[in-house]
Amino acid sequence: MTLAVFFGCTFIAFGPALGLFLFTVLRDPLRIIILIAGAFFWLVSLLLSSLVWFIAVKASDPGDEPLQKGLLIFGVLFSVLLQEAFRFLYYKLLRKAIEGLVALSEDGCSPISIQQMAYVAGLGFGLMSGAFSMINLLVDALGPGTVGIHGDSQLYFLTSAFMTMVMIFLHTFWGILFFHGCETQRWWEMAAVILTHLIVSGSTFWNPLYVGSLVPSYLLMFATAAWAYVLSGGCTQNLLQSLRGQQSETSPQPGS
Amino acid sequence: MLMEMGLFILQNDSERRRHDNSERRRNDNPESETNGQPQNRTQQVVEQDEEDEELTLKYGAKHVIMLFAPVTLCMVVVVATIKSVSFYTRKDGQLIYTPFTEDTDTVGQRALNSILNAAIMISVIIVMTILLVVLYKYRCYKVIHGWLIISSLLLLFFFSFIYLGEVFKTYNVAMDYITLALMIWNFGVVGMICIHWKGPLRLQQAYLIMISALMALVFIKYLPEWTAWLILAVISVYDLVAVLCPKGPLRMLVETAQERNETLFPALIYSSTMIWLVNMAEEDPEAQRKASKSSTYDKQANQIQNEDADMDDGGFNPEWEQQRDSRIGPLESTPESRAAVQALPSNSQASEDPEERGVKLGLGDFIFYSVLVGKASATASGDWNTTLACFVAILIGLCLTLLLLAIFKKALPALPISITFGLVFYFATDNLVQPFMDQLAFHQFYI
Repeated sequence: MTLAVFFGCTFIAFGPALGLFLFTVLRDPLRIIILIAGAFFWLVSLLLSSLVWFIAVKASDPGDEPLQKGLLIFGVLFSVLLQEAFRFLYYKLLRKAIEGLVALSEDGCSPISIQQMAYVAGLGFGLMSGAFSMINLLVDALGPGTVGIHGDSQLYFLTSAFMTMVMIFLHTFWGILFFHGCETQRWWEMAAVILTHLIVSGSTFWNPLYVGSLVPSYLLMFATAAWAYVLSGGCTQNLLQSLRGQQSETSPQPGS
Repeated sequence: MLMEMGLFILQNDSERRRHDNSERRRNDNPESETNGQPQNRTQQVVEQDEEDEELTLKYGAKHVIMLFAPVTLCMVVVVATIKSVSFYTRKDGQLIYTPFTEDTDTVGQRALNSILNAAIMISVIIVMTILLVVLYKYRCYKVIHGWLIISSLLLLFFFSFIYLGEVFKTYNVAMDYITLALMIWNFGVVGMICIHWKGPLRLQQAYLIMISALMALVFIKYLPEWTAWLILAVISVYDLVAVLCPKGPLRMLVETAQERNETLFPALIYSSTMIWLVNMAEEDPEAQRKASKSSTYDKQANQIQNEDADMDDGGFNPEWEQQRDSRIGPLESTPESRAAVQALPSNSQASEDPEERGVKLGLGDFIFYSVLVGKASATASGDWNTTLACFVAILIGLCLTLLLLAIFKKALPALPISITFGLVFYFATDNLVQPFMDQLAFHQFYI
């Protein structure tokens, strides 16, 4: 594999997220801290779910292939549920933090709104999830080898990169949706996030039949993107105006 | 070989401001009593407290990032070197401080040897710290000064020479000794000037990061595995004890420095503020802040107020590199330098005072954070996942420590929380998460 594969996959997977980070998060120290704390929360959820999976594997017969695959699927689903639980915990923490910031600010409003925190928290979750999925693959792509020489799919790196990109985006939008659901007590929004996460992770069980995993994931990503955009106060008028490069007359919501 | 063991105390400006507040209260009290309006006084005090707390938190996030960036940079340098230059992962013997080998037949023997190694290393550190405290107490400033100069000479010339040599070997770069001598000479001399005298802030920060990285690389190379993890664990416990216990050596050092209105070992503190005074780099931000504080907060140039502010500044974030102290000698001229600072036009500083308030971190913390992350990247089976997990864990630990600092407003050790998180995440990620992620990657499942 070549340097071209390495750089190509890196930028496919992390390019948009890097752009989001550079343009929206890097300027504000508070957002950087929220991002890293979000990454930390995701990491803790991964740790706990790996612990559960590890115990299950050690307690079972290592030679039984279907059982091991079944345990892995169970591990994936449990991990998804745990990630969403930790997203909820992070929401609780950020709520407390906002109360603290409001209490100590000069003009009674916090320097960062809950919608912005939702976006940054989602991005933190997504970046960490993407990093853990992709970094080892990228480093392997730098080394020697031929992809799929034993009959596996030759598109492994490329599809992994695309899947990582869609997961990062999805985590960002899920963050916005989830926090909005928590804020406005709309439990169905939170349930929708959990359900779509399960669907997306479940669709990866179709791999290497990539049309079964990438296509639904991207469709869901566009759907959640539109939903999150609407919840953040956007409308088609704003979108068209921004695409044409005009200033919108109505001021955008703080969540943008 | 001289060894730099950095133990770290974090102290920020809110402690000084709290003392300023108490001073203000003491100053205001007689006035309000004569006025017969005790409520004004409490209101004033409460407002000042709230204002100060809000200032602390408002600039809290900025201070955290001012520390995140250099810590990240140091770790990146160490990890990049470990991954590319094989010299630092090759076993070429051990330090004399860790005489027991880990190439033993049984696991039990290996565990015993590593415990003994860690015990010897920690005793050496304790002895050196106590020696430093004794030297400082009995004002043997020249000895400490010389000790620090020798160790920075060693780092800047010898270790960087070895580092450069290994990098050239890795990339197969042909280099003649004359050019090399010129490079090392320039690097070393500019480093000595920047660190021990004065120089551009960014350059000084860069040099401090570089010497921390070099020291961390030495530890990663010469400490065997189990010994390294044990030493990290024990040293964070020691840091906790030494800084928080009333008879801890580091606490005694801080208090002695506060009594004498001196800063401690400023050559080994990473500072993020501007440094302009004539003799001493580290004294400047304090002196400036004293001057600007006296102009901003206290209209009456109160001698008592200044001295109280000095006492707080005296304990400002010392870094406990035992061999180094380059400022204790010249510090005896503090009254003159303070007068010189107050004679300086401080108006520009007064308006920028909140921004100028920087944060300081001891180099020992840089070193041990980098040792943890470097060891994780060198020896973990999970490799980059483990490195990333340790990195995030250390940053979050640092964030929490700074939060505790803002809450408790007193000197705190910075190693325990970060190193604990780092160790937990290293072992958990390496043993639990890595098999899981491996299986997921094999089947191309995504969570």
